[in-house]
Amino acid sequence: MDSSLFPRDLFAELERLQHQMQQSFELSPSIRGLARGAFPALNVASTPQSAEVYAFAPGLEPASIHVQIERGVLSISGERSGTLPGAEGQASVHVNERFAGRFHRVITLTDDVDPNAVRASYRDGVLHVSIQRQQAAQPRRINVT
Amino acid sequence: MTQTESRVARQPQAAELPALLPPVDVIEDAEGITLYADLPGVPKERLDVHIDGEVLVIEGEMGLEMPKDMEATHVEVGLPRYRRVFTLSRELDPMRMSAELKQGVLKVFIHKAEHARPRRIEVSG
Repeated sequence: MDSSLFPRDLFAELERLQHQMQQSFELSPSIRGLARGAFPALNVASTPQSAEVYAFAPGLEPASIHVQIERGVLSISGERSGTLPGAEGQASVHVNERFAGRFHRVITLTDDVDPNAVRASYRDGVLHVSIQRQQAAQPRRINVT
Repeated sequence: MTQTESRVARQPQAAELPALLPPVDVIEDAEGITLYADLPGVPKERLDVHIDGEVLVIEGEMGLEMPKDMEATHVEVGLPRYRRVFTLSRELDPMRMSAELKQGVLKVFIHKAEHARPRRIEVSG
């Protein structure tokens, strides 16, 4: 357990402790919920026909989400308003963890996607963007006669 | 720990399915406590909000539609369910609770019991 040569070296000891703490957090990042500072959280997947992007952005108006593809980069941006009361009210805030404010995230797409064949839908607070691959890039079975 | 902190302290849970910890906002006013929780991907049918003794339990399972032959290339949300537990304090009335889920945001309101509402005491003299 005692990994430092001179246990009385307080700074080294503190640094080691800090490192250990950080590591124990990083070992199971998923349990900490969505990564803070990165709103919305993104999952990206691919199928032979398409690229699929899921943005976990709850509490938005679908029309207010800005989705754009430019030169192979998909960008998702918008703004989420806060729910916290103003300072003048009688209410007090006990926990404040949810993201509020403007957000902007970008994903670089692979070269074979077709920027003209995009579908985006928003449901239960998840934005799903599906981008088709170009026909020429899709695997094709060649019939042997 | 101050009184207000203890109202919404988290309870450690063991032997449960691994779940994400949803971020929350908790706001208290004279009428009661309002809690907002981010549960993106959870439809109403798969959300469970209940009070068990003095504990408020929020559980939700995602219902995302995904293509079958999908292969993940980048994952920030790695579990399909959320769970979070709060200890309520006695001045809250669990019988008067409302919950509403809208676009992945859960809003729970719990009234304070009548006797616990703030009262202004007139100073005479």
